[in-house]
Amino acid sequence: MFSASDLRKGLKIQLEGEPYIVTEFQFSKPGKGQALYRTKMRNMISGNQFTQTYRSNDKFEKADLEERTMQFLYSQDDDFHFMDTTSYEQIFLTREQLGDNINFLIDNMEVQVLFFDGTRPIDVSMPMFVNLEVTIADPWVKGDTSGSDTKPVTVETGYVLQVPPFVEAGDKIQIDTRSGEYMTRVKE
Amino acid sequence: MLLQALRSFFYTRQYLEVDTPLRLPVIIPESHIQPFVSEECFLQTSPELCMKLLLAEGNSKIFQICHCFRKEEHGGLHQGEFTMLEWYQAGWNYYDLMGECEELLCELVQLFQNWSGVSTATNILRQGKTISLKPPWQKMTVTEAFQQFGGVSAFQAMEEDCFDEILVEKIEPNLGWDCPLFLYDYPAQLASLARKKTDNPTLAERFELYIAGIELANGFSELIDAEEQADRFAEEISMIKKANGYKVSMPDVLLRSLGKMTETAGIALGVDRLLMLLSGRASIEEVVSFTADDFNVERSLQ
Repeated sequence: MFSASDLRKGLKIQLEGEPYIVTEFQFSKPGKGQALYRTKMRNMISGNQFTQTYRSNDKFEKADLEERTMQFLYSQDDDFHFMDTTSYEQIFLTREQLGDNINFLIDNMEVQVLFFDGTRPIDVSMPMFVNLEVTIADPWVKGDTSGSDTKPVTVETGYVLQVPPFVEAGDKIQIDTRSGEYMTRVKE
Repeated sequence: MLLQALRSFFYTRQYLEVDTPLRLPVIIPESHIQPFVSEECFLQTSPELCMKLLLAEGNSKIFQICHCFRKEEHGGLHQGEFTMLEWYQAGWNYYDLMGECEELLCELVQLFQNWSGVSTATNILRQGKTISLKPPWQKMTVTEAFQQFGGVSAFQAMEEDCFDEILVEKIEPNLGWDCPLFLYDYPAQLASLARKKTDNPTLAERFELYIAGIELANGFSELIDAEEQADRFAEEISMIKKANGYKVSMPDVLLRSLGKMTETAGIALGVDRLLMLLSGRASIEEVVSFTADDFNVERSLQ
């Protein structure tokens, strides 16, 4: 159990059966008045935010969250299937739950899946960098003087990003999964 | 520099500087202030008790700059240990103190006009807004403030147990942006050490000074009727018992002395908050010399 005085940015708690993360927090106490804990929280499943002021005798349950290493197997329609690498248990997350992460998911990739209540997968955290193969790219014309520093290419997941002009189809490139930006060309 | 200027202000006005113990075997019971326990004593949450004992002994103008300790208070405007400036003057009421607050702040701003929180000899600068210190400053009763900003009357807020929430969320952020503002005449339950108003005993002669939404000082016409004070301490003690489950003892030593006090007004001002305002800093953590984190070697190496 947490009490209101434990509240701080980043704390994960459970309210009415749902996991929440504290996104903003402010302690206030008017003169001769009681301690107030003004808190903004985000529902970790729906993404809904709300603001609430708590008093020091308010109590909160710890959110039951657990991360497991899982391997991406395949996608079917909007469901993305993963397998636990130790128990071989299979689960799926929806396209909506994965958000931009689908741009970087390839078969057999290992990711961390966040479970709520032991059984409900609610989020994935990707490796910081992924290496993906370029599938479509305009050829590099040496001596190109058009002045453009970058060009768009498509990678094996269908994701389109800006890269330097020397990157060609068949190359592997490293991408930062947080920003979605090109990092470097990878030699294999 | 600020400490020097504060002392000089009070010395010039013939106040006596006093120095009272930080560790005391007895404290004033206040339901929302939690003291740190130090062996068989408490660390003071304010110097009020000892200073009133000195007033009862015949001192009429005293001030003190000291450290106070309050448990479980930590935020941009709160630290478990902080510096308080507290002063009393016999023969005065709370209006007289409001006037002296104006004089004190005007003198400080004049002195420190090159500091980042000050824009000219008469203005404070906060979040891009200019706050003029030219007296007289604005005065607003708690009743008016709830009407104007609270969306509910102060009386109703007390009844519905949401007074503090409305004050903090809806009212305080609006106070003291054109010029400093005195919020005054609080419900008597929220001022157990202040004299009740003779024409309306549901209110007490207490005020808070606000600058840029920040509560800077709390003053009142002191309650000197020992019998009434005992009743009101008893209410606080029972509220503490109800909320925290332990019994606090009645500060008999203070009650015995109150009878010897004459009409007096007293005020406490947060020195860290004042320094934060004048130096244009965002939180008091940035103006105190050390915080607990400064002693955490592992953390400071990171």
